[in-house]
Amino acid sequence: MNRNDVVEQITKIFQDVFDDPNLTLKDDTTAQDIPGWDSVAMINIIVAIEEHFNIRLKTREIDALKSVGDLYETVLTKVS
Amino acid sequence: MSTPQLAWLPDPTVTTKGHLWDQRLSQAKDAAPDWDTLLDLARYNLNFMRTMKLDRVLTRQFPEPPAHLSVKPVRLALLGSSTINHLVPSLRVAALRHGIWLTVHTGEYGSYRQELGQDDEALKEFAPTLILLLLDARHIAGFLPRNADQATADMACQEVVESLLPECWREAKSRYGCPVLQTSFLPVFPRLMGSAEALLPSSSANFITRINSLLAASCHKHGAIFVDLAAEATQYGLEAWYDPSLWWRAKQEIAPGAAPAFGELVGRSLAALAGRSSKCLVLDLDNTLWGGVIGDDGLDGIELGQGSPLGEAFVALQDFALRLSRRGVVLAVCSKNDEVNARLPFQKHPEMILREKDIGCFVANWNDKAENIREIASRLNIGLDSIVFVDDNPFERSRVREALPMVNVPEIPEDPTLVPDAVAAAGYFDLIELSAEDLNRSDQYQANLQRQSLQESATDLDSYLNGLDMTLIYGAFNSTNLSRITQLINKSNQFNLTTRRYSQDDLTALMADDTAFGLWFRLTDRFGDNGLIAVVIGRDAAEGIVDIDTWLMSCRVLGRGVEEATLSVIAAQARARGAIALRGTYLPTLKNSMVADMYSRLGFTLLEDRGIEGKSYILPLAEWMPAATSITLSSEF
Repeated sequence: MNRNDVVEQITKIFQDVFDDPNLTLKDDTTAQDIPGWDSVAMINIIVAIEEHFNIRLKTREIDALKSVGDLYETVLTKVS
Repeated sequence: MSTPQLAWLPDPTVTTKGHLWDQRLSQAKDAAPDWDTLLDLARYNLNFMRTMKLDRVLTRQFPEPPAHLSVKPVRLALLGSSTINHLVPSLRVAALRHGIWLTVHTGEYGSYRQELGQDDEALKEFAPTLILLLLDARHIAGFLPRNADQATADMACQEVVESLLPECWREAKSRYGCPVLQTSFLPVFPRLMGSAEALLPSSSANFITRINSLLAASCHKHGAIFVDLAAEATQYGLEAWYDPSLWWRAKQEIAPGAAPAFGELVGRSLAALAGRSSKCLVLDLDNTLWGGVIGDDGLDGIELGQGSPLGEAFVALQDFALRLSRRGVVLAVCSKNDEVNARLPFQKHPEMILREKDIGCFVANWNDKAENIREIASRLNIGLDSIVFVDDNPFERSRVREALPMVNVPEIPEDPTLVPDAVAAAGYFDLIELSAEDLNRSDQYQANLQRQSLQESATDLDSYLNGLDMTLIYGAFNSTNLSRITQLINKSNQFNLTTRRYSQDDLTALMADDTAFGLWFRLTDRFGDNGLIAVVIGRDAAEGIVDIDTWLMSCRVLGRGVEEATLSVIAAQARARGAIALRGTYLPTLKNSMVADMYSRLGFTLLEDRGIEGKSYILPLAEWMPAATSITLSSEF
């Protein structure tokens, strides 16, 4: 799986979580940029990503996430 | 890390009704609100994300209960000691799955005692009809002093079970006038002494174990409704239900991934409260209650009883069914079989657990199963939505689900050893209490029943068959499939017009014979490949006639137009040989009465009736046109 696959699949997960089929993400997108991205939405994103990619994100890894780009990289290292 | 599944429900990532679940949800989202469409979408093995998406459509389209609903709407107050909001979509969707419109009010974080102990404005205004009290294990363990000795631990245990909780239940009743669903507690604590944990009075793990073991009786005594969360969690294990990282991050004791299973657990209690628990288990026979096909394999040939793992597994399913029947579930049989054959094991097989007296309604014929189930419901005088239908054949399951969406049709594992647990896990028969009426119900039904044969009735079967994408692939006998053809020729008893048996050598000779032809048929549909399902042998006779020497078919594909499609292939073959007519022969045996009238049904004219010696029929080909079917033909000549 390459970075584009990860980006595409994570974007789909964000669209589902925020109920917005037109939502787009950039590498520097943060929680401030998306209305409704609170701690509850964050957990839904994490749980959906863990289930979808069949991976496990460590608490420290989640806490270190600063932007969507960080999320791509973290997932990418686990699936490739 | 696994996630609890609703494994008895169909997989939403497989196409049904022509679309994927996600597509069907998008369509429903943009369409006019339709409760039944959403109910249908709720009956899939949904993960928490799909559950959330369905819930959005549900709450948008039905902010108020639909007008026609016969089941009373439920106003549920969800009160807890930690984070509970993430469970709400799953509760609403599970209620929907059980035909119930549910609205949920969630209490403030950790404020259940204030909300119950004094008049809470928001809660009063919401006017709940039911309260779900969901307390986390750490909260409960907080009632056990850190250095408790045995006497203190005993007292703390009594305090929770006989004082704290019953007080909450009483307050709910007096202040809000509604009953409480009380869950048991997840065993989240690490053990300090392993198997000897019970010896340690200050152990939180042991404290929870003790309270869970006392809770059911306390609920019963004080009028609360017990929901056994701890027992449910053993199905996929604690790790699947409880994720410590989410507890410490968000105080979610039930992980979002387990929310759909939690919702379903509560949904069953709602259904039971509304009197909507299933009442009748309808069982298929061949390859469901025993291994093999009674009509072909006979009493000695079916797999049932001690001595083989599968034989014992079929006994286990029968035992499960019998135990259900003893506690009030009515059993019925719905089988594609001649009734005489179908009843034989119930009467004569020494290893059968179920006997005729255990079956409240016995239907064995060759009709569409959806129609037969409708008939069973009307004869037992119960609603179709209180029926559970268990059949090993995915075609029949899908057919019944489509024609009768209110009937509960669990997905059944292919391995018979797994079937009893799969049916139990679906929880269709779950109750909240056991009444004397439950214990007597099966007897009442049996006393009232006359067993009669079913009338045929017209249905919307055609449109269903059209959606099956059936293709009948056919070709001439060849060396690669000759052994399977030989096997079918020597094994098929029921759909077999002449029951002529041939050895592999006979058939090899036939392949070289210019005056004869052998055809095999394979049927595929959207469920997959049904394999080689029919064999025909034709022989050139005098006066431009082709004799149908042999025609047999697997009963599994009966009632789908395969006979008509097969005939069109035979006719085309005969025409290609220059024939002007087909001659069909029916030779009666003890087992093939189901095809006694097949040739007349297919438009042949009776030539000669020799009684038990058989009948012969003729079909002139000059003007004959094949009947329309839903089947595409594909030649492999």
